[in-house]
Amino acid sequence: MSLKFEPRREIPAWLVYGTPLLAVALTILSGYFLFMILGLNPGATLYIFLVSPLETQFGLAELAVKAGPLILIATGLAIGFRANVWNIGAEGQLTMGAIFGAGIALAFWGEEGFWILPLMFVAGALGGMMWAAIPAFLKTRFEVSEILTSLMLTYVATLVLSILVHGPWRDPEGFNFPQSRLFTEAAILPVILEGTRLHAGAFVSLFAAVAAWVLLTHTVTGFQVKVVGQAPMAARFAGFSQKGTVWFSLLLAGALAGLAGMIEVAGPIGQLTPQLTPGYGFTAIIVAFLGRLNPLGIILAGLVMAISYIGGENAQVYAQLPQAATGVFQGMLLFYLLASDFLVRYRVRFQSTKARDAKPRPEVAAA
Amino acid sequence: MRNDAGGAPPRLELRGITKRFPGVVANDAVGFSVGPGEIHALLGENGAGKSTLVKIIYGVLHADEGEVLWNGQAVSLANPHEARRLGIGMVFQHFSLFDGMTVLENIALGLEGKPDMRSLSGRIVEVSKAYGLPLDPRREIHTLSVGERQRVEIVRCLLQDPKLLIMDEPTSVLTPQEVERLFGTLRMLSAEGCSILYISHKLQEIKDLCDHATILRGGKVVGECDPKVESTRGMAQLMIGAELKTLSRRGARPKAATRFSVEALDLASDEPFGTSLKRVGFEVGAGEIFGIAGVAGNGQNELMRALSGELTVATASSIRLDGKPVGNLGVEPRRALGLCCVPEERNGHAAVPDMSLASNALISARNRMKLAAKGWISRDATRAFAERIIQEFGVKARGPESAARSLSGGNLQKYIVGREILQTPEVLVIAQPTWGVDAGAAAAIHQALFNLAQNGAAIVVVSQDLDELLTLCDRLAVLNVGTLSKAIATADASLEEIGLLMGGLHGMTPEVPAVHGELGQGSGQHVA
Amino acid sequence: MMDFLVLITVSVVIAATPMLFAAVGELVVERSGVLNLGVEGMMLIGAVVGFGVTMTTGSAVLGIASAALAGAALALIFAVLVLTLMANQVATGLALTIFGIGLSALIGAGFVGMPIAALPKLFIPGVSDLPVIGPLLFQYDAMVYLSIALTVAVGWFLKSTHAGMVLRAVGESAESAHSIGHPVIRVRYLATLFGGALAGLGGAFLSLSVTPMWAENMTSGRGWIALALVVFGSWRPGRVLLGAYIFGGVTILQLHAQGSGGLGMGLPSQVFTMLPYLATIAVLTIISAGPWRGRFQAPACLGQPFRPSV
Repeated sequence: MSLKFEPRREIPAWLVYGTPLLAVALTILSGYFLFMILGLNPGATLYIFLVSPLETQFGLAELAVKAGPLILIATGLAIGFRANVWNIGAEGQLTMGAIFGAGIALAFWGEEGFWILPLMFVAGALGGMMWAAIPAFLKTRFEVSEILTSLMLTYVATLVLSILVHGPWRDPEGFNFPQSRLFTEAAILPVILEGTRLHAGAFVSLFAAVAAWVLLTHTVTGFQVKVVGQAPMAARFAGFSQKGTVWFSLLLAGALAGLAGMIEVAGPIGQLTPQLTPGYGFTAIIVAFLGRLNPLGIILAGLVMAISYIGGENAQVYAQLPQAATGVFQGMLLFYLLASDFLVRYRVRFQSTKARDAKPRPEVAAA
Repeated sequence: MRNDAGGAPPRLELRGITKRFPGVVANDAVGFSVGPGEIHALLGENGAGKSTLVKIIYGVLHADEGEVLWNGQAVSLANPHEARRLGIGMVFQHFSLFDGMTVLENIALGLEGKPDMRSLSGRIVEVSKAYGLPLDPRREIHTLSVGERQRVEIVRCLLQDPKLLIMDEPTSVLTPQEVERLFGTLRMLSAEGCSILYISHKLQEIKDLCDHATILRGGKVVGECDPKVESTRGMAQLMIGAELKTLSRRGARPKAATRFSVEALDLASDEPFGTSLKRVGFEVGAGEIFGIAGVAGNGQNELMRALSGELTVATASSIRLDGKPVGNLGVEPRRALGLCCVPEERNGHAAVPDMSLASNALISARNRMKLAAKGWISRDATRAFAERIIQEFGVKARGPESAARSLSGGNLQKYIVGREILQTPEVLVIAQPTWGVDAGAAAAIHQALFNLAQNGAAIVVVSQDLDELLTLCDRLAVLNVGTLSKAIATADASLEEIGLLMGGLHGMTPEVPAVHGELGQGSGQHVA
Repeated sequence: MMDFLVLITVSVVIAATPMLFAAVGELVVERSGVLNLGVEGMMLIGAVVGFGVTMTTGSAVLGIASAALAGAALALIFAVLVLTLMANQVATGLALTIFGIGLSALIGAGFVGMPIAALPKLFIPGVSDLPVIGPLLFQYDAMVYLSIALTVAVGWFLKSTHAGMVLRAVGESAESAHSIGHPVIRVRYLATLFGGALAGLGGAFLSLSVTPMWAENMTSGRGWIALALVVFGSWRPGRVLLGAYIFGGVTILQLHAQGSGGLGMGLPSQVFTMLPYLATIAVLTIISAGPWRGRFQAPACLGQPFRPSV
């Protein structure tokens, strides 16, 4: 018996959407062994990790709170990845969005006004776009790889945030803690489920994902993104601008990441702090792939990844598991997902070598 | 047949070689033999399985069944090293060279063991001189012409003192003069006792050069013959498996109004090793088919981009469509005015392989055929248009939702050509219309082009295949190092004249014996 | 003054060495046509394993060797995914970084804040005690010399050996290399593992010599800067070495500027911390934008998947 891999000519849809499930299953299995190695009770720890977040209303609400920014960012990233634009600096764009949003909130601190929140939305999106415009400009003008520039800018954004919360924006009554004042009511997103932290930002994420899906499937712009990503020469032939697509996808991703950052500070956090998120900008990369770069898939993927965050927090409390375990899980999930893609593109055939061996020609060129 | 003489075993013998790829049997129980010093032709259309077969002989691919005998002994050819150790050399159709490395390094990489670089350099100069293939070992590959690159491949083989040399479509990139020079080298090798397996689909060449021919069709051996005796028509029929169909050509036409003109077009190449265009000019009238001949890499890619609008030029008037200057317009505005294009490369340029045929219709037809409006795609209209192309051009596909990559080369090409022709263009610019396409599809495409011209469109065909241009075009010109020659009417063009225009770059003027005039007339027999 | 300059130079060399290891390794990987963006993850794994093994066994040699192995092990995951299973190289590299950050933090949870003795400086009597020259050239620990030796060796290997020529050929055109019988996938596996091992060494140097301790995410972007250095060095070891020392200089400048109260300009310290990241962006732009860009050609096959048909 030998294994043979043949490229598939037509790819069945069930495989495309089925393999993420396989990847999740394999990750859970690997987690079982990982917990065993760490000397934990694997069954109980997995229960804490995967099931406990879903048991209470508060847990479910928290799931939406965490999935919201992941979905929002991943949607933007997915459109970029479709266009072969590798923006991995969403964390920085998120940070800039948060800073811009917070800037409005602090500028109108204590004031009333229905227009404050909308203005924060605009500012957040602009902040993210501005940060994403730098790699877009460098890539379209000088052909500098957006991978490295967008990532480097993440470090810079974090440091800008640090300067602000340590300096000019520090809460004067905050006992010298590096954080801003708490936003006042007009700058806080309304909670939509009493007794939880679930806020209106969740709708923004859902809306963005659905809109992005429509964009990708029903519009010429979405088609352009896909053609530029899959076949740049064909895009040129089709009359689609390569540079325009780079700008579009980076600005869109920047705007969505910026919105996510603004929503974080105007929602669950309520102020500007030096560490805004547990790495949503990076985790969103995994979410985008897990959702198959399809915005509807990303909604599901965002929820799955949110479970791992809350499960990780719970496991930290109840099983003394280091928080880093969440990262290991997420990395493994992406590995399995990328590996299972092989099954999508290639057909595995078990080939009996007996049939050939039966014929007595030992020196024939054999595969 | 030479290989039967003296009872000595043939140098190479194949028995029952079978190779399957997903969905296709590339070689089906193929068997033949090649004697010492014999020049043996392997003749067949594109897709007949020739390249697969020789890759098996060279150890790049492995047969599923069958055996290879070398001097009467069964051998295992697990990889090219083993083939080379036996004395088998191969010159690939798409050269196996490394552009950024020197001639010396390229040759060293194709030899067995770890040659001493200094003495190798001397041997390269020596051998290349001895066989009339001058080479400078220090030059980098990307600075060489296509003909010179082929020399590198040949010298690489010669340095290993081959007993069998495999040449895969070696002349498709050469000027007629270079071809003659190559044949001289091959005859010299044959006289020294080296066998040559010569793969081609060009009948006249095989008649000129080869002692024996094996004809492949659909992966099977369908006949053997002595090409010196057998008529080209007879071989062509074996190769195609049907009576040759004659194209219904238009008669002579009166001179018509100019529809498309290019005047003093200058364009710097946008590629690192590209060729810039220098004062290119030509005119095409209504109903005319105009050919642009030339060896690849002489500015064809740049010209295609300039004509299609993928590259715009500053002087708008250097390209005119029905008198209107369009040089500064991009792809879509030109298309809106009626200029449609078929780029040379199907996969990734004219079509996106992983997308459906319907989506591929959107690539170029979305505006002219109203498949999208105000940025929104109409799926019904798109599907209907794709369905129409499939129907009218006899594309073998499951339907508009089939991925483009699931189609064979010929079917995809029919789809692409159909997509442009059904948009009823005023001007059609088409590159390599039948490259790698089977004879049936090629004939259909040629007929479609004739019909389009009949209806008054102006057509520009850019092709390396002279025979195809002579079949299709009313007039043609040759592109050489970015300069276009004066146009000549195909009716009075001799192959010799065109060949000299093509070879202008290489400075190999008349010292080489002129190509026989009958090659030109042979074009009708050649299967495009 | 002289002493101060010597001190600065020495600290520049030390700051540069982790990036030099990683960049030279990645250079070999990229010359074979593979783009591994997981350098940061492999460095972190090297850092934590090097630290952990040295601390528990007391043997720095064992620690360093384990770090190299750990880096190579992570690279092996990448290689299997990318070379055998044909996964997207960019995405897999990112996954490797995310995984490496998580796994190193998990392994290192127990090591945080623990002290360790820095690697011993070599002292060659008669040479190391020369004035100026001695401290400038002959008072580093062995890994600094190893990093330079490896850079020279890689340069020699690529330029003057048959195997190096094959590696370049594989990166130039996998298709051609395969068709004349070179084992493309095997060459790429070996190159990728070598790159992983060197990233591991770079990480170990960080946690054993530069700052002898373990902290989560202690590479803080050095792996990414190493990737930029390969571009900066236009895939040539000598230029990568130069680039690494320039970046070492930026790092030291940044530290000194912070230490001296922002050079008297009253700027917040974070502005100086930004310097290496901004410098990376600036350097990449200059390399890509200048009139010389034609001469900085990446290996022709970089990042493209290859699967031989047999």
